Amino acid sequence: MTKSMLSFDVVLPALLGGVLIGLSASVLLLFNGRIMGVCGILNQAINFKGGSNLWAWLFLLGLVAGPLASDAFLGTSQPVFEERTLLVTIVAGLLVGFGTSLGSGCTSGHGVCGIGRLSQRSIVSVLVFMLAAMVTVFVFRHMWGA
Amino acid sequence: MRNVVALLAGLIFSIGLAQSEMINPDRVLGFLDIFGQWDPALAFVLGGAVVVTMLTFRVILKRTHPLLDKEFYLPAKESLDSSLIAGAVLFGIGWGLYGYCPGPALAAIAYLEPNNGLFVLSLLVGTLLARWWVSRHA
Repeated sequence: MTKSMLSFDVVLPALLGGVLIGLSASVLLLFNGRIMGVCGILNQAINFKGGSNLWAWLFLLGLVAGPLASDAFLGTSQPVFEERTLLVTIVAGLLVGFGTSLGSGCTSGHGVCGIGRLSQRSIVSVLVFMLAAMVTVFVFRHMWGA
Repeated sequence: MRNVVALLAGLIFSIGLAQSEMINPDRVLGFLDIFGQWDPALAFVLGGAVVVTMLTFRVILKRTHPLLDKEFYLPAKESLDSSLIAGAVLFGIGWGLYGYCPGPALAAIAYLEPNNGLFVLSLLVGTLLARWWVSRHA
Protein backbone atom coordinates (compact mmCIF):
# COMPACT_ATOMS: atom_id res chain seq x y z
CA MET A 1 0.00 0.00 0.00
CA THR A 2 1.51 3.28 -1.09
CA LYS A 3 1.10 6.48 0.85
CA SER A 4 -0.88 8.22 -1.90
CA MET A 5 -3.66 5.63 -1.63
CA LEU A 6 -4.56 6.84 1.82
CA SER A 7 -4.09 10.54 1.16
CA PHE A 8 -6.70 13.08 2.21
CA ASP A 9 -7.81 13.45 -1.43
CA VAL A 10 -8.90 9.83 -1.44
CA VAL A 11 -10.18 9.39 2.11
CA LEU A 12 -12.08 12.64 2.70
CA PRO A 13 -14.44 12.63 -0.31
CA ALA A 14 -15.08 8.92 0.30
CA LEU A 15 -15.94 9.48 3.98
CA LEU A 16 -18.07 12.54 3.16
CA GLY A 17 -19.97 10.63 0.47
CA GLY A 18 -20.41 7.68 2.81
CA VAL A 19 -21.79 9.88 5.59
CA LEU A 20 -24.27 11.44 3.14
CA ILE A 21 -25.42 7.97 2.09
CA GLY A 22 -25.82 6.96 5.75
CA LEU A 23 -27.80 10.15 6.44
CA SER A 24 -30.09 9.47 3.50
CA ALA A 25 -30.81 5.97 4.84
CA SER A 26 -31.45 7.42 8.31
CA VAL A 27 -33.89 10.04 6.99
CA LEU A 28 -35.87 7.48 5.00
CA LEU A 29 -36.14 5.14 7.99
CA LEU A 30 -36.92 7.84 10.57
CA PHE A 31 -39.65 9.59 8.58
CA ASN A 32 -41.06 6.88 6.29
CA GLY A 33 -40.05 3.65 8.03
CA ARG A 34 -38.50 2.40 4.81
CA ILE A 35 -35.19 0.65 4.17
CA MET A 36 -33.06 2.55 1.68
CA GLY A 37 -32.19 -0.31 -0.64
CA VAL A 38 -32.10 0.74 -4.25
CA CYS A 39 -33.09 -2.61 -5.73
CA GLY A 40 -35.89 -3.01 -3.17
CA ILE A 41 -37.21 0.45 -4.03
CA LEU A 42 -36.84 -0.29 -7.75
CA ASN A 43 -38.81 -3.50 -7.24
CA GLN A 44 -41.61 -1.56 -5.57
CA ALA A 45 -41.58 1.09 -8.30
CA ILE A 46 -42.10 -1.51 -11.04
CA ASN A 47 -44.69 -3.44 -9.05
CA PHE A 48 -47.90 -2.43 -10.78
CA LYS A 49 -50.21 -4.64 -8.70
CA GLY A 50 -51.66 -1.71 -6.81
CA GLY A 51 -50.61 -0.10 -3.57
CA SER A 52 -49.18 3.38 -3.42
CA ASN A 53 -45.64 3.40 -4.73
CA LEU A 54 -45.36 7.05 -5.75
CA TRP A 55 -42.74 7.50 -3.01
CA ALA A 56 -40.54 4.86 -4.70
CA TRP A 57 -40.70 6.74 -8.02
CA LEU A 58 -39.88 10.01 -6.26
CA PHE A 59 -36.90 8.41 -4.52
CA LEU A 60 -35.66 7.27 -7.94
CA LEU A 61 -36.25 10.76 -9.36
CA GLY A 62 -34.11 12.23 -6.57
CA LEU A 63 -31.51 9.54 -7.23
CA VAL A 64 -31.26 10.52 -10.90
CA ALA A 65 -31.19 14.26 -10.15
CA GLY A 66 -28.51 14.08 -7.44
CA PRO A 67 -25.41 13.72 -9.62
CA LEU A 68 -26.56 16.59 -11.86
CA ALA A 69 -27.09 18.79 -8.79
CA SER A 70 -23.70 17.75 -7.42
CA ASP A 71 -21.98 18.50 -10.74
CA ALA A 72 -23.70 21.88 -11.05
CA PHE A 73 -23.26 23.16 -7.50
CA LEU A 74 -20.88 20.95 -5.54
CA GLY A 75 -17.79 20.69 -7.68
CA THR A 76 -18.02 17.14 -9.06
CA SER A 77 -18.09 16.22 -12.73
CA GLN A 78 -19.44 13.47 -14.93
CA PRO A 79 -17.27 10.38 -14.50
CA VAL A 80 -15.07 9.26 -17.36
CA PHE A 81 -14.49 5.53 -17.45
CA GLU A 82 -13.34 2.80 -19.76
CA GLU A 83 -15.99 1.62 -22.14
CA ARG A 84 -17.30 -1.91 -21.60
CA THR A 85 -18.15 -4.23 -24.48
CA LEU A 86 -21.83 -4.82 -25.29
CA LEU A 87 -21.60 -8.43 -24.12
CA VAL A 88 -20.09 -7.51 -20.75
CA THR A 89 -22.66 -4.73 -20.28
CA ILE A 90 -25.67 -6.96 -20.97
CA VAL A 91 -24.43 -9.98 -19.02
CA ALA A 92 -23.41 -7.82 -16.04
CA GLY A 93 -26.73 -5.95 -16.04
CA LEU A 94 -28.74 -9.17 -16.15
CA LEU A 95 -26.68 -10.70 -13.32
CA VAL A 96 -26.94 -7.59 -11.12
CA GLY A 97 -30.72 -7.33 -11.67
CA PHE A 98 -31.39 -11.05 -11.19
CA GLY A 99 -28.96 -11.50 -8.30
CA THR A 100 -30.07 -8.51 -6.23
CA SER A 101 -33.72 -9.44 -6.71
CA LEU A 102 -33.21 -13.12 -5.83
CA GLY A 103 -30.93 -12.24 -2.90
CA SER A 104 -33.27 -9.50 -1.59
CA GLY A 105 -30.78 -6.66 -1.68
CA CYS A 106 -27.70 -4.93 -2.96
CA THR A 107 -24.93 -2.73 -1.63
CA SER A 108 -27.31 -0.10 -0.23
CA GLY A 109 -30.00 -2.44 1.17
CA HIS A 110 -27.80 -5.19 2.64
CA GLY A 111 -24.63 -3.10 2.92
CA VAL A 112 -25.61 0.30 4.29
CA CYS A 113 -28.94 -0.56 5.96
CA GLY A 114 -28.67 -4.27 6.75
CA ILE A 115 -25.28 -4.04 8.43
CA GLY A 116 -26.56 -0.90 10.20
CA ARG A 117 -29.21 -2.96 11.96
CA LEU A 118 -26.85 -5.94 12.35
CA SER A 119 -28.95 -8.30 10.24
CA GLN A 120 -27.31 -11.70 9.94
CA ARG A 121 -28.68 -12.18 6.41
CA SER A 122 -27.23 -8.86 5.29
CA ILE A 123 -23.79 -9.43 6.77
CA VAL A 124 -23.58 -12.83 5.05
CA SER A 125 -24.87 -11.36 1.77
CA VAL A 126 -22.28 -8.55 1.77
CA LEU A 127 -19.42 -10.96 2.48
CA VAL A 128 -20.57 -13.28 -0.31
CA PHE A 129 -21.10 -10.64 -3.00
CA MET A 130 -17.85 -8.84 -2.13
CA LEU A 131 -15.93 -12.10 -2.40
CA ALA A 132 -17.69 -13.08 -5.65
CA ALA A 133 -16.93 -9.64 -7.13
CA MET A 134 -13.27 -9.75 -6.07
CA VAL A 135 -12.83 -13.22 -7.55
CA THR A 136 -14.51 -12.06 -10.77
CA VAL A 137 -12.18 -9.05 -11.07
CA PHE A 138 -9.19 -11.26 -10.33
CA VAL A 139 -10.17 -13.76 -13.02
CA PHE A 140 -10.86 -11.15 -15.69
CA ARG A 141 -7.97 -8.80 -14.92
CA HIS A 142 -5.19 -11.12 -13.87
CA MET A 143 -5.92 -14.60 -15.25
CA TRP A 144 -7.76 -13.93 -18.50
CA GLY A 145 -5.09 -11.36 -19.33
CA ALA A 146 -7.81 -8.80 -20.16
CA MET B 1 -44.99 14.68 2.89
CA ARG B 2 -43.66 11.10 2.72
CA ASN B 3 -43.13 11.69 -0.99
CA VAL B 4 -41.05 14.79 -0.35
CA VAL B 5 -38.89 12.86 2.15
CA ALA B 6 -38.38 10.08 -0.40
CA LEU B 7 -37.32 12.59 -3.07
CA LEU B 8 -34.86 14.24 -0.68
CA ALA B 9 -33.47 10.88 0.47
CA GLY B 10 -32.83 9.88 -3.16
CA LEU B 11 -31.16 13.21 -3.79
CA ILE B 12 -28.87 13.04 -0.74
CA PHE B 13 -28.00 9.43 -1.52
CA SER B 14 -26.80 10.10 -5.04
CA ILE B 15 -25.04 13.35 -4.12
CA GLY B 16 -23.10 11.05 -1.77
CA LEU B 17 -22.40 8.70 -4.68
CA ALA B 18 -21.17 11.61 -6.81
CA GLN B 19 -19.03 13.16 -4.05
CA SER B 20 -17.38 9.83 -3.28
CA GLU B 21 -17.01 9.04 -7.00
CA MET B 22 -18.75 5.70 -6.54
CA ILE B 23 -20.75 6.76 -9.60
CA ASN B 24 -17.59 5.90 -11.53
CA PRO B 25 -17.48 2.10 -12.02
CA ASP B 26 -13.71 2.21 -12.56
CA ARG B 27 -13.28 3.41 -8.94
CA VAL B 28 -15.42 0.48 -7.76
CA LEU B 29 -13.40 -2.03 -9.80
CA GLY B 30 -10.26 -0.43 -8.35
CA PHE B 31 -11.49 -1.42 -4.89
CA LEU B 32 -12.47 -4.93 -5.97
CA ASP B 33 -9.06 -5.45 -7.62
CA ILE B 34 -7.17 -6.36 -4.46
CA PHE B 35 -4.26 -7.84 -6.42
CA GLY B 36 -3.85 -4.81 -8.68
CA GLN B 37 -3.55 -1.06 -8.04
CA TRP B 38 -5.85 -1.25 -5.00
CA ASP B 39 -8.13 1.76 -4.48
CA PRO B 40 -9.46 1.79 -0.89
CA ALA B 41 -12.13 4.50 -1.47
CA LEU B 42 -15.14 2.18 -1.42
CA ALA B 43 -14.15 0.87 2.01
CA PHE B 44 -14.33 4.41 3.40
CA VAL B 45 -17.64 5.09 1.65
CA LEU B 46 -19.28 1.93 3.00
CA GLY B 47 -17.55 2.40 6.35
CA GLY B 48 -18.70 6.02 6.66
CA ALA B 49 -22.26 5.07 5.74
CA VAL B 50 -22.41 2.09 8.11
CA VAL B 51 -21.03 4.08 11.06
CA VAL B 52 -23.90 6.53 10.57
CA THR B 53 -26.62 3.87 10.18
CA MET B 54 -25.34 1.82 13.13
CA LEU B 55 -25.70 4.88 15.35
CA THR B 56 -28.99 6.23 13.99
CA PHE B 57 -30.87 2.97 13.29
CA ARG B 58 -30.41 1.86 16.89
CA VAL B 59 -32.17 5.02 18.10
CA ILE B 60 -34.77 5.16 15.31
CA LEU B 61 -35.86 1.53 15.70
CA LYS B 62 -36.58 2.04 19.42
CA ARG B 63 -39.59 4.07 18.33
CA THR B 64 -42.93 2.31 17.92
CA HIS B 65 -43.41 3.85 14.47
CA PRO B 66 -41.69 6.26 12.06
CA LEU B 67 -42.55 9.98 12.17
CA LEU B 68 -44.79 9.93 9.09
CA ASP B 69 -46.18 6.39 9.01
CA LYS B 70 -47.87 3.80 11.22
CA GLU B 71 -45.19 1.12 11.01
CA PHE B 72 -41.60 0.28 10.03
CA TYR B 73 -41.36 -1.76 6.82
CA LEU B 74 -38.49 -4.11 7.66
CA PRO B 75 -37.60 -7.36 5.88
CA ALA B 76 -39.53 -10.25 7.41
CA LYS B 77 -36.97 -12.99 6.76
CA GLU B 78 -34.27 -13.50 9.37
CA SER B 79 -32.73 -16.88 8.58
CA LEU B 80 -30.24 -17.67 5.84
CA ASP B 81 -31.47 -19.50 2.75
CA SER B 82 -30.12 -20.60 -0.62
CA SER B 83 -31.78 -17.72 -2.50
CA LEU B 84 -29.86 -15.20 -0.41
CA ILE B 85 -26.53 -16.90 -1.13
CA ALA B 86 -27.18 -17.65 -4.82
CA GLY B 87 -28.45 -14.11 -5.38
CA ALA B 88 -25.37 -12.61 -3.72
CA VAL B 89 -23.02 -14.77 -5.83
CA LEU B 90 -24.72 -13.80 -9.11
CA PHE B 91 -24.90 -10.14 -8.13
CA GLY B 92 -21.23 -10.18 -7.13
CA ILE B 93 -20.17 -11.61 -10.49
CA GLY B 94 -22.13 -8.92 -12.35
CA TRP B 95 -20.77 -6.21 -10.06
CA GLY B 96 -17.21 -7.42 -10.65
CA LEU B 97 -17.74 -7.53 -14.43
CA TYR B 98 -18.97 -3.95 -14.82
CA GLY B 99 -18.38 -2.08 -11.55
CA TYR B 100 -21.97 -0.94 -11.07
CA CYS B 101 -24.47 -2.00 -8.44
CA PRO B 102 -28.08 -0.76 -8.84
CA GLY B 103 -27.64 2.58 -7.00
CA PRO B 104 -24.86 4.16 -9.06
CA ALA B 105 -26.23 2.65 -12.31
CA LEU B 106 -29.63 4.30 -11.81
CA ALA B 107 -28.05 7.51 -10.50
CA ALA B 108 -26.03 7.81 -13.72
CA ILE B 109 -29.12 7.64 -15.98
CA ALA B 110 -29.19 11.43 -16.34
CA TYR B 111 -25.81 11.40 -18.11
CA LEU B 112 -27.62 9.68 -21.01
CA GLU B 113 -24.71 7.37 -21.81
CA PRO B 114 -25.83 4.62 -24.24
CA ASN B 115 -23.65 2.04 -22.48
CA ASN B 116 -25.19 2.80 -19.08
CA GLY B 117 -28.66 2.82 -20.65
CA LEU B 118 -28.06 -0.71 -21.90
CA PHE B 119 -26.80 -1.75 -18.45
CA VAL B 120 -29.92 -0.35 -16.73
CA LEU B 121 -32.20 -2.00 -19.30
CA SER B 122 -30.47 -5.35 -18.70
CA LEU B 123 -30.76 -4.78 -14.95
CA LEU B 124 -34.52 -4.26 -15.32
CA VAL B 125 -34.86 -7.41 -17.43
CA GLY B 126 -32.84 -9.33 -14.82
CA THR B 127 -35.10 -8.03 -12.06
CA LEU B 128 -38.25 -9.13 -13.90
CA LEU B 129 -36.68 -12.52 -14.71
CA ALA B 130 -35.94 -13.02 -11.01
CA ARG B 131 -39.54 -12.16 -10.15
CA TRP B 132 -40.77 -14.75 -12.64
CA TRP B 133 -38.24 -17.32 -11.39
CA VAL B 134 -39.20 -16.82 -7.74
CA SER B 135 -42.95 -17.02 -8.47
CA ARG B 136 -42.34 -20.27 -10.35
CA HIS B 137 -40.32 -21.85 -7.57
CA ALA B 138 -42.30 -20.55 -4.61
